[in-house]
Amino acid sequence: MLQVIRQSKPYDVCIIGSGAGGGTAAKVLTEGGLSVVMLEAGPVLNPEEDFEEHVWPYELPHRGADVGGRARHELNTEFMAPNGFWEIDGEPYTTAPGSSFRWFRSRIEGGRTNHWGRIALRFGPADFRAHSTDGMGDDWPISYEEIAPYYDKVESYIGVFGSKENIPNAPDGVFLPPPRPRCTETLVKKACDQLNITCIPSRMAILTTPLNGRQACHYCAQCGRGCLTASNFSSSQVMIPPAKATGRFTLLANAMARELVVGKNGTVEAVSYIDKTTRNEKQVRAKAFVVAASACESARLLLNSRSASFPNGLANSSGVVGRYLTDSVGTHVAGYFPQLEKMPPHNHDGVGGMHLYMPWWKFGQKNDFLRGYHIEFGGGRNMPSVGQFDGVCAQHEGYGVSLKQQCRTSYGAAIGFSGRGEMIPNEKSFCEIDPTVVDKWGIPVLRFHWQWGENELKMASHMQETFRAIIETAGGTVLANPSLALEPEKAHVSEVAISEGGTIIHELGTVRMGNDPKTSVLNKNCQAHDVKNLFVADAAPFVTNPDKNPTLTIMALSWRTSEYLLDQARKGEL
Amino acid sequence: MFANSVSRRDVLKSLGMGAAVASALHTIPAQAAEFIHNQIAAEKAKATTGAYTPKFFPPRQYKTLQSLCETILPADADCGGALEAGAPEFIDLLTSENPEYQLKLGGGLMWLDSTCADRYGNAYLDCTSQQQKEILDLIAHRKNAVLDPGLSQGVVFFSFLRDLTADGFFTSQIGIQYLGYVGNTYLRDFPGCPPVPGV
Repeated sequence: MLQVIRQSKPYDVCIIGSGAGGGTAAKVLTEGGLSVVMLEAGPVLNPEEDFEEHVWPYELPHRGADVGGRARHELNTEFMAPNGFWEIDGEPYTTAPGSSFRWFRSRIEGGRTNHWGRIALRFGPADFRAHSTDGMGDDWPISYEEIAPYYDKVESYIGVFGSKENIPNAPDGVFLPPPRPRCTETLVKKACDQLNITCIPSRMAILTTPLNGRQACHYCAQCGRGCLTASNFSSSQVMIPPAKATGRFTLLANAMARELVVGKNGTVEAVSYIDKTTRNEKQVRAKAFVVAASACESARLLLNSRSASFPNGLANSSGVVGRYLTDSVGTHVAGYFPQLEKMPPHNHDGVGGMHLYMPWWKFGQKNDFLRGYHIEFGGGRNMPSVGQFDGVCAQHEGYGVSLKQQCRTSYGAAIGFSGRGEMIPNEKSFCEIDPTVVDKWGIPVLRFHWQWGENELKMASHMQETFRAIIETAGGTVLANPSLALEPEKAHVSEVAISEGGTIIHELGTVRMGNDPKTSVLNKNCQAHDVKNLFVADAAPFVTNPDKNPTLTIMALSWRTSEYLLDQARKGEL
Repeated sequence: MFANSVSRRDVLKSLGMGAAVASALHTIPAQAAEFIHNQIAAEKAKATTGAYTPKFFPPRQYKTLQSLCETILPADADCGGALEAGAPEFIDLLTSENPEYQLKLGGGLMWLDSTCADRYGNAYLDCTSQQQKEILDLIAHRKNAVLDPGLSQGVVFFSFLRDLTADGFFTSQIGIQYLGYVGNTYLRDFPGCPPVPGV
């Protein structure tokens, strides 16, 4: 039996989603004096109980492989911070015939910031002027100069390590000192120097010195498990606590937003949500709404919010909600480096991620594809884990003491290289409401359409060539994909070297900004053209998807949007 | 001595404080680390004493599994092997939860016994050690499946079992020690790469 519960007094602002964008908005808005209620579709986070920091694999019966070994070769192992999934029971999504797309979702306070790679790169000036630079796609309605002060604010608050480099279109930020390189990184940097590929300290949201009451990193390389000392950034541990401290913040956990309800004056007056613990439908009212549920989830909410005044979905008079969906271009090659066999035993952990990376080093040059990519790489003597020795076993084969010794010899001597490149939006990649499928809460689900363009395929093959050149220059050999060894008939798969859509987890652009209400949903303040008390504060507003991971820009943009909202509130415009 | 009410977070916090800062715990990192590991072990290791009762494999198949695991990664002069590392228990647990593993491993063990019966007149465990070596040498290498397609199912089975045995061994305490992994600890500073020839 559905029961609609309404509170008497509306909050100033309702934020939907507690990740990078929602968390930033909560901090800025509550500290600015507004009362805020936040809906999170998952439970509250309890680091003390939820995190598997410093747990050894042999301390878990499944050794990290999870029930039935389902986490072998998957991102979400048993060690990972809670509730990040490729598939959620009872909450499906569909793909159109001929399309392939995977959607990673986190149902937990803090959202995907509990699981992200902590790579914190600023977009560059050209990234906001894509159309003006090469004629493809569109320009953003804001410039780098307009968002730069917010990058400063975010970095100063959350802490990002890095180094000042003055690289074109990869702006420096407010940086903490970077950690020293590992052996694998020293080796790769030397090869990059020979090849004139820029290789510099990475830029990651991990503290190398104490900051704002948080401790410095203790170098256990386990950021993805969650950090009990909050030495890395997550919204749950860094953005939400200051919001709570204001006394003006209410978190509604296990609250799955279903529909934004429009009042007679054409503004949003409430959000209807399912309380997952009771299965009751409830409503919460506010004067303004900040949707930050993740790009595709935000698009879904708007498309599911149909009314007489918005028959195609809320704020969707342009029809572009769900369109312009992009992900990063990804591909991967691993190499084997015999000289790493000679490493003496030493602690190779470092931070939870790379200490060095390669920003796009051919900016402004004439290349056989538009835009660019950066290179991430990692390897070495990480904590042993399930699936890690498949490759050695496939290559060495046999059994016995020689296999055991071969595993030890080759342990830590492999390095993997991954590209992260810019996809240009195309008409064939978008999400929409599936006309026939609802989730277990009764909410219509998304259906994805996906196709990479020529430019992305060219870029991926350039990545492959580059990784091979780096591996060979560094004295290594390219490792064949061990899974192909047993199934040579699948070898052709490796010719299509590009990642499956969505799997880089940089999906964005589905509720985009722009100056023209006919071709965009939001104005330059991420406020809906059609609905003045509706804002979007995740990666849905992005106009381009440059080769820089989106999270830092989500936070900078959300901070800017929230300050605009505060200003509107002060002027009595809410 | 630590009180049980001391949390992992408290211990970790104490690690981040300089010597001059008063710490309620007066711990040094090594003690704190050990404490945390002991605490986790107590949390996680529930009633692991006594002989292991297989959840999926019937007793005789489980014995074959144990024998194969130990043959794949045996004890040697350096340390114990897959048996001591608990690989068979790990594999049995996963298999009990996964129908695909049940087919691959349960069926694979049946294939091995049938093939041994055809060739030698006995199930694998009852074969001589020379016969056991002969059949394993055949199914432990992909090229033999090309030469004799009748072996290809055995090659696929053995390859999968080898991967899972490596999982079980190298994620065990002795396996991790054998590899020489020395991380998962608490450093105030990351020292970087020691001198390595060619690096």
